[in-house]
Amino acid sequence: MTAATVVSGLLAVEVPYWAASIIKVGVVALVIPTAALVLGYVFLMKMMSFMQSRLGPMEAGPYGTLQLLADGLKFLQKEDIFPAKADRTVFALAPLVVLISTFLIYVVIPTGPDAVVAQLDVGIFYALAVSSLSVVGILMAGWASANKYALMGGLRAAGQLIAYELPLVLAVMGVVIQAGTLDLQKIVTTQATGEIFGWDGIGNPFILTQFAGFFIFLVAVQAELTQPPFDMPVAESEIVGGYQVEYTGFRFLFFFMGEFGTAFAFAALASVLFLGGWALPWGDLGHWGFNIAGPAIMLVKVLAVSALIFWFRFTYPRLREDQLQRLAWKFLIPLSLVNIVVTGIFKVVL
Amino acid sequence: MSEFLRDYLLVAIFLVLASALVFGMLGLGSLLRPTRSQPQKYMTYESGVDPVGLGWSQSNIRYYVFALLFVMFDVEAVFIFPWATRLEAYGSFGLVEMAIFIFILALGLVYAWRKGVLRWI
Repeated sequence: MTAATVVSGLLAVEVPYWAASIIKVGVVALVIPTAALVLGYVFLMKMMSFMQSRLGPMEAGPYGTLQLLADGLKFLQKEDIFPAKADRTVFALAPLVVLISTFLIYVVIPTGPDAVVAQLDVGIFYALAVSSLSVVGILMAGWASANKYALMGGLRAAGQLIAYELPLVLAVMGVVIQAGTLDLQKIVTTQATGEIFGWDGIGNPFILTQFAGFFIFLVAVQAELTQPPFDMPVAESEIVGGYQVEYTGFRFLFFFMGEFGTAFAFAALASVLFLGGWALPWGDLGHWGFNIAGPAIMLVKVLAVSALIFWFRFTYPRLREDQLQRLAWKFLIPLSLVNIVVTGIFKVVL
Repeated sequence: MSEFLRDYLLVAIFLVLASALVFGMLGLGSLLRPTRSQPQKYMTYESGVDPVGLGWSQSNIRYYVFALLFVMFDVEAVFIFPWATRLEAYGSFGLVEMAIFIFILALGLVYAWRKGVLRWI
């Protein structure tokens, strides 16, 4: 008996529905904070520091690895201040809306044939819908703070997030046309078993046929995350933090966890949609092989996409507000409409 | 329960768990953090000087026209998604139909562009 059959024998035990649900939910609840910590440490602290010829945090833990935990503990002890003029209920709930919407994206992200919380038929549609809920939280924060900077930041964020929602959705449409399904698992298997113009050497990772879609998706993700070069809603030098300006302690931290959690989730979505998800371009590990190796394969792809996202972040200066809107409406949306039509023609004709 | 509903039950469980986690973290914080109230702490922040006027002052929402355009394109997206999943079955008929649909919507964008609402106003 080979090792593979032993493993699959052990894992093939029928788990009752409730137990499977608890395991899945527990694993994801652990993965998200860890993901936010890893991304924050590797990219925000170390990669940015090295790109700017400095060391970054070095004191907490070896090479500063525990810096973010120390920061979290610090935020835990901070006083929870509600401005006297703020709308208290809305002010209190806004960061929770942002963070919970981030959690909900992870429900559909597949990391193996069975390693997914819920395989929804409308997978990618659900992910996009849930991710755009954070706009509501940000508008709530901006309005409820009763602060001029916050109001301005909230309005900027709303204008930016709805403008880039469209390229994001329309870029995904090309992948949906090629795969013929909204189900993220089926999108992965389509890429693994697909072929490019009759050649099936590496399957058909959609980045090769949908490179325009991939480009639009990455730019739109950057704007959805309100990261530089699209960080006008939180621009420190103009509106000192925008909608976050009145927040303290853990509620302030929630916005950051939401940002990095969403960055990880969008990187995962990009790797599922364009880079083949948990599947390998060559070699079939079998059903249980992929259930075990899938998360590791996904992690490599997610880190690669995140590196790209954060590289943009550290490289480009902030755009002006009107340049931002011009880029979305006059370039990205027409480009993604053309992409849809061209993809449709290729799908039908070829 | 059907497989379909079970999947959405998981989403609901996840929503409850995420809320519990978030409120739990806030609860933990409330046990640890101090509360030393001073009136200055609750003033609206305006870069260090005393706030002038109300926080909810009138401001020019420059992008309200974009919000209308957004609704138009979002509805379009809802129509394109089901079409995109079944394009193979529709064939060239579906392709031409959708090309006309996208063309008419693009016309709307071009109209807005020519009217000058896509710039800083």
